[in-house]
Amino acid sequence: MSESINESVDTAVSKLQRLFKGSGQQSVLITLASSLAAVAIALVLAGILLWATGKSPFDAYSKMLEAGLTNDKLLETVQRATPLIVAAVAVAIGFKMNLFNIGVEGQYLMGVFWAAVVGAYVHLPSVLHIGLIFLVAMAAGAIWAAIPAILKVKKGVNEVIATIMLNTITLSIIDWLFQEKFRHEIPGQLDVKTKLLPTTAWLPDLVKNRLSSFVFMALVVVIVFWLIVYKSKFGFRLRASGANAIAARTAGISSNNMIVTSMVMSGAIAGLAGMTYLLSTSHAYGPTRPEGYGFNGIAVALLGRNHPAGIIVAGLLWGFLDSVAGPLQIAKIPQSIVLVIKAVILLTVVIVNEVVGRRVAKRTADRTAAQLTLPVVAA
Amino acid sequence: MKLIALLKGKATPARTMLFAGTLFLLLSLARVLSDGGDLTSSQTMGTTLRVTCPILLAGLAGLWAERAGIVNIGIEGMMIFGTWFGGWGAWKYGPWVGLLLAIIAGSAGGLIHAFAVVQFNVNHVISGVAMNLFAFGAMRYMSELVYTAKIQGAGISQSPQQKWPIPRVNLPFLAGGDLFGWKTPDSLGWLERHKWFAISDLAGILRGIAFNVSLASLLVLTLVPISAWVLWRTRFGLRLRSSGEAPAAAESLGVKVTPLRYAAMAISGGFAGLGGGFLAIVSSSYYRQGQTANRGFIGLATNIAGNWRPVGVLASAALFGFAEALQLVGADSLPKLFLFLTFACGLGLLVSLLRRKMVPMINAVVAGGLFLWIYLAVNEVPEPLTKAAPYLMTLIVLTTASQRLRPPAFAGIPYRSGESH
Repeated sequence: MSESINESVDTAVSKLQRLFKGSGQQSVLITLASSLAAVAIALVLAGILLWATGKSPFDAYSKMLEAGLTNDKLLETVQRATPLIVAAVAVAIGFKMNLFNIGVEGQYLMGVFWAAVVGAYVHLPSVLHIGLIFLVAMAAGAIWAAIPAILKVKKGVNEVIATIMLNTITLSIIDWLFQEKFRHEIPGQLDVKTKLLPTTAWLPDLVKNRLSSFVFMALVVVIVFWLIVYKSKFGFRLRASGANAIAARTAGISSNNMIVTSMVMSGAIAGLAGMTYLLSTSHAYGPTRPEGYGFNGIAVALLGRNHPAGIIVAGLLWGFLDSVAGPLQIAKIPQSIVLVIKAVILLTVVIVNEVVGRRVAKRTADRTAAQLTLPVVAA
Repeated sequence: MKLIALLKGKATPARTMLFAGTLFLLLSLARVLSDGGDLTSSQTMGTTLRVTCPILLAGLAGLWAERAGIVNIGIEGMMIFGTWFGGWGAWKYGPWVGLLLAIIAGSAGGLIHAFAVVQFNVNHVISGVAMNLFAFGAMRYMSELVYTAKIQGAGISQSPQQKWPIPRVNLPFLAGGDLFGWKTPDSLGWLERHKWFAISDLAGILRGIAFNVSLASLLVLTLVPISAWVLWRTRFGLRLRSSGEAPAAAESLGVKVTPLRYAAMAISGGFAGLGGGFLAIVSSSYYRQGQTANRGFIGLATNIAGNWRPVGVLASAALFGFAEALQLVGADSLPKLFLFLTFACGLGLLVSLLRRKMVPMINAVVAGGLFLWIYLAVNEVPEPLTKAAPYLMTLIVLTTASQRLRPPAFAGIPYRSGESH
């Protein structure tokens, strides 16, 4: 079976390459095409699931498009995409250094919690107040990410295991602190939260109750990520060290330093992921805290190929899928199908990337080999 | 003198037995001194067994996968498959069918993971994360389809109550079970009631496995020796482990790594699924969303703390289960555990003194002092913090004992059949 897959990938790749020969856009296009193909495959697979369980996939998908392309839902798409994009950038920084930061989930919760606690007891002019909250959130995330980084550098502890363990430890610590120290009960109100942030710390909405202005901050994060990783000397060192730690070390780049720096940066950005919730929606930390930004951030980063533009597109796709869940429910189609679609997209994307990447590498190698041997044969 | 030589020496079965025995005596001593009847009562031990089983199964799932060279972050997801199908099967057709369905569903999850990582060489961690997301979404989807408002007591996040549970038994002669209609004496119960040092404690611990025990729990316990035997004493096990240590070398000797890894993942998923089924059928009597509560990740943790060995996995799962059970039995009994931990540190100090090792000596003194302080100062350990204990302990094990841990050499490393030769 894998032979036939390889063949069809080969033909597709060579067609694309012929089509865009000389334009210098080959790899971007192949990436784009393979990502689109992965999404399409995932939609087909989810369609089969829908069909097998007695629901019409065409109804489901047309309902998703119909409901999703209204103004309301498009705003919701952006609103929901914002934290995922930030989380995905955090994950992507790790990936650039060949680090797998599964701990974003814990890091943004630390960010939200400490920002909520500190922000509530401070009185400052609005801009300073929000700036301080951002700083606290980033610091909390960064410190929490520094732990696995230091364990990795000093003790050789695998960062995947360490961050998984820290994720659940985070929940315990936050639950405990919340219950014991920072619960703020208001008589006559059912939902118990931390103390409400003063209004100076509230981020204004761009569209009332629909779109937070934090989306600008997310854009800033993406741009800064792009500048640092692709346009700075540091970013070059980071990518070099991630691609080949030994080669980078020979060139005088300490991979240990890079591990700690990139993890800390990743954690700092992760700390910001929950800020839409804190500053625009809830204005306090409570049991309704957001969930799953970290794991969905991993999916978005992978679908976006760790590239700033890709992350934005992938984040918007995720936001779109999240936003159409409600309308699906109304149309009597189980809304959890969007969760299935998202997970299947993630799986197909990594599989397709793997297959295409290998074929492209092999073709390049074959062609180079052919060019090298030709003169010998001619002679 | 022989004893001291044994303590100073290398890890041998005799030394392990000696340590286990001493730790047990210390536990008994802690029970007597703290007047903590709960610490070793058969009730606590019964609860320990019940909460240990799912963790143990998750740990064995990790063991089977990693021994074949595959890192299985998706255990949590495969357990979710198990809870849903277990809960559904038990509700429709009875508990045993439920457990069987849970195993099959978990295996299917394991095979999906294997398909991605073995066939397409996808990063094991990414595939595992995808598996967890997929299982959660897919099972919620199934709930939406099956548990409609028409069914009494069901909802999008919960199955209806099962009609009957898996039978619980008292073992004959040990805990007063029936034998062909004749009621045998409850010998362990008699011993336990006397509160004798060591003897009653041992009786309590044993009675936890003998009195009012679910047949499913006994079944799960047998899986530890079975896993150990298959992995270390059979040809299949040897080949499976070789594909986790050095797949290229194994392949050069004619071992078929790819089918072996598929088999290992089917088994691993089956264990995880059974763990999920256990949660839905034995630990409770219905499926509930979020029932796994990160136990798949605790399973990974037991694997590390247990040094990728079946008995090690059992020991660490039992330890995590013991802490959880003490919390369940009574919030005031958990601090008594710290007295035992203080004693255990004392033992560690003794050993390090005999060996004249400075760093472990200091560690033992510091940790012992800390535990003693907690025992004296804390009346009640907050529940959220006990939940963190397994994860925290794993991090500590990883940082302090990473020199002694021996994970399978090739676990998680990309490998394509035939590419390296």
